[in-house]
Amino acid sequence: MTVHHATRPDLDTVRDRLWTAVRAGDEYQAGATVLDAVGSGLDAETVLLDVIGAVQLRVGTEWAANRLTVAEEHAATAIHERVVAALAHHPEHRGPAPTRARVTVACVDGEWHALPARLLAEVLRRRGWQVDFLGAQVPTPHLIAHLHQTGSRVVALSATLSPHLPTAHAAITACQAVGVPVVAGGAAFGPDGRHARALGADAWAAHAREAAEVLDRGLTRPDLPAVRQTVDDLPHLTDQEYTMVVGTRRELLKETLVGLEDRFPPMRAYSDRQRQRTAEDIGHILDHLAAALYVADEDLFRDFIAWTADVLTARDVPARSLDPALELLAQRLQDFPRATRILASARETLATHSPEPRKPGDGQHV
Amino acid sequence: MGAPPRALFVDTSQHALAGPREAPSAEAWGAAPYPVLVADPQGGVVGLNPAAAELLPAAAVGTRLADVAPAWIAGAHERLTPGRPTPDDATGPAAHGCLGDRVFQGRPTRTDDGNVAWWLVDDTDRRKAEVSLDEERRRTAFLAAASSALLASLNLERCMEVTASLAAEHLADAAVVVAPARGGRIPVTHCGTDGRIVHRLVDAEPTGVPGLGEALRGFPPVPSRWIDPAGIPAWLVPEDLPGVGSAVVTPLPGHGVPAGALILLRTEDRRAFSESEEIFARLFAARAGAAMSAARMYAEQAAITTTLMRDLLPPTLRAVHGVEYAGAYRPSAESDRVGGDFYDVHPGADADRETMVALGDVCGKGLEAAVLTGKIRNTLQALLPLAGDHQRLLDLLNGALINSHHTRFATLLLASVRRVERTVHLRVTSGGHPPPLVVRADGRVERVETRGSLVGVFWNITSTTAHVELAPGETCLMFTDGVTEARGGPLGDEMFGHDRVEEALAHCAGMPAEAVVDHVRMLAEQWAGRGRHDDMALVAVTAPRHAHLSAVDGHTRGRYTA
Repeated sequence: MTVHHATRPDLDTVRDRLWTAVRAGDEYQAGATVLDAVGSGLDAETVLLDVIGAVQLRVGTEWAANRLTVAEEHAATAIHERVVAALAHHPEHRGPAPTRARVTVACVDGEWHALPARLLAEVLRRRGWQVDFLGAQVPTPHLIAHLHQTGSRVVALSATLSPHLPTAHAAITACQAVGVPVVAGGAAFGPDGRHARALGADAWAAHAREAAEVLDRGLTRPDLPAVRQTVDDLPHLTDQEYTMVVGTRRELLKETLVGLEDRFPPMRAYSDRQRQRTAEDIGHILDHLAAALYVADEDLFRDFIAWTADVLTARDVPARSLDPALELLAQRLQDFPRATRILASARETLATHSPEPRKPGDGQHV
Repeated sequence: MGAPPRALFVDTSQHALAGPREAPSAEAWGAAPYPVLVADPQGGVVGLNPAAAELLPAAAVGTRLADVAPAWIAGAHERLTPGRPTPDDATGPAAHGCLGDRVFQGRPTRTDDGNVAWWLVDDTDRRKAEVSLDEERRRTAFLAAASSALLASLNLERCMEVTASLAAEHLADAAVVVAPARGGRIPVTHCGTDGRIVHRLVDAEPTGVPGLGEALRGFPPVPSRWIDPAGIPAWLVPEDLPGVGSAVVTPLPGHGVPAGALILLRTEDRRAFSESEEIFARLFAARAGAAMSAARMYAEQAAITTTLMRDLLPPTLRAVHGVEYAGAYRPSAESDRVGGDFYDVHPGADADRETMVALGDVCGKGLEAAVLTGKIRNTLQALLPLAGDHQRLLDLLNGALINSHHTRFATLLLASVRRVERTVHLRVTSGGHPPPLVVRADGRVERVETRGSLVGVFWNITSTTAHVELAPGETCLMFTDGVTEARGGPLGDEMFGHDRVEEALAHCAGMPAEAVVDHVRMLAEQWAGRGRHDDMALVAVTAPRHAHLSAVDGHTRGRYTA
């Protein structure tokens, strides 16, 4: 039985309390905050999405603004995971027994941002669905084996980072090939879901509530004889630019590193650690370039570069230091028209970009 | 060449029926091998040849077309534009229809005097051939589509659903798929006229329905069978079906085992199933049966695997006796769920007894290595009463491994953990395993000084046990070499290494056990990226930083005490 108190706690107050607890790494205080909020009449879905989800988003922006370390970000996420679990197992707040069909919630392989999917799984479970939550980094063969074994009606597939889009595409196609429709969600699919459409997902949801509505409306089963090959969805892939960038990633990265040292002699004095950071940054650039080539979307890469510029600025690294790497890649890839166009447009963005801290993804697609 | 067949006289494949410019004279068509009937624009018969007279006995000059010829000819004649022929309008469109039990094509040709000669060409055989060709194409396309739909899923319920819905859509008004009984009840899938699918488990006796019992048993072999619609029990009829006019039970043959039966139902106002429809239903049933049988076998195999695998999967860890435990595990290949790394936490009987943590690595990967981890874990559990003496425990385990037929060996870490006040005490012993790391409250990272021989190779093994104390917020992290040896990084070929583990751990002071494990695991996994890595296992033992009486482990009542 739920007792509704006359005075419900103010959402902002609850969020601030949770943020303080999470910031201090105090899992118990975080749990108490959430249970108190539910106990005093806030409904569980609001707490999951508008408290935990919102604070997780703040964790992401604080990290981007360099006010939180990676370890602190991971700790905050781990605490949120535990709090969600505690709420799910709490005898008074665990929610109803399933009365509706079976659905599977999973993160695409390689995607370790599991919290958005976890929150969605909880929301769906509380709305009566029988939910199988497979967690982060689900290899597509495991996902398909699970569908065969359980006869799940729908897959909700989550991806936060754009470089996972090709893997997401394989997962979507595989689910549809066994007759199960896919609703895609997560920052990777674009703010308007355009990449979900490009990859042939049966539906896209901007956040958890919308995903629940999509399931309420129902999804038709994919037309089996019409199951497609990758290039049917993305005919531009026949130009092989994506394949080339992915296939020569290591060479591109090494050449760019060497090129940067030639242009920027102080780099030769970098410590191993600094060198590794630079290499990681170039790696991310290449991964996002590949993703942009995959879905043929210049904006994907431009947004990533703008975001990276903000992250660097927050760490007192001048954003213009990105440009030489882009220029070197543009020279190296000059025979590839799409890559050339994408790099040119990103350099233009970088030249005119004024910093504004934000971080794509991290919790906000639910 | 012998006598040419009649069809050769007129090329019936031509749709634009260009008649002769010069209308044939009566003499010309009078001897024509085709029935020819000439009518004036008002529909009066003005001439016919003997062949036409034979075909239409009532027809004679002076009769009206509408009285003596079938309506399809009379109607077509009326629709022709009256008038004299022009070069572009020598004929009208051909008409088709029946005369007796034959099908004819009537082709109009305008004569110079404004009349129309109807040439009647017997088209029966071609029509039949066309109809059966269309039918055959339709069926082939349906069977191909059905096969791909059926092969798509290895889920039995799904296969039954696809079978029922395809059968209801293409073969009958409604269809019911019945599978062999499971636990005394019969799984039944209905698809009604509206295409809606209903799954049910029915308590019923199939022998009451003729042919159904045999079909479900697979013996004796039965062909498909008509059943009396009146005798069909209610559980076999979809709710929305207005009434059953005819019903056929078709066995679904499986791979050596019966897969079930398909029951096709038609409403009273539809004709009964023809023989060819029944044969076709059998072709479909063969495919559906094979798919259902494969799904059933897959489900059985998967159930066996799940049962056997359950004990090989790493356990879910939680707080025990005021100490936090967290574990993470990632097998090497995406196709594996288990591997050669393992961990266990055996809680002490009460807070005053030690809890034992074991983490180890069996040489090898995949299922074979996992089977040996299972043996080691069982042996360790049996040896728990001896956990007070790690060296003795390792000796006994070593003996058990050497004497088994496995040629593999293992490395192992043992930690006996007890919390006294707010300090957590550990006795840690390595059996040839990389030493654990401890992160202190100030972020310093120390290696635990324990060394020992690996287990399962030498008759005599030695080890040293280290004592560690954890103050609140401090963590002891145990891990396998899959973490340190993960190859990847930005350049793709570098090992993650001990230094990076230590660096990652240095940021984990004061963090909950789960966050420590997640942080180190995420960094190692990001490092490895898509590259190959060995199995990875990590266990963190953490002294809680905040003084709370119970933990958020999802199993207690979840009361938080500030």
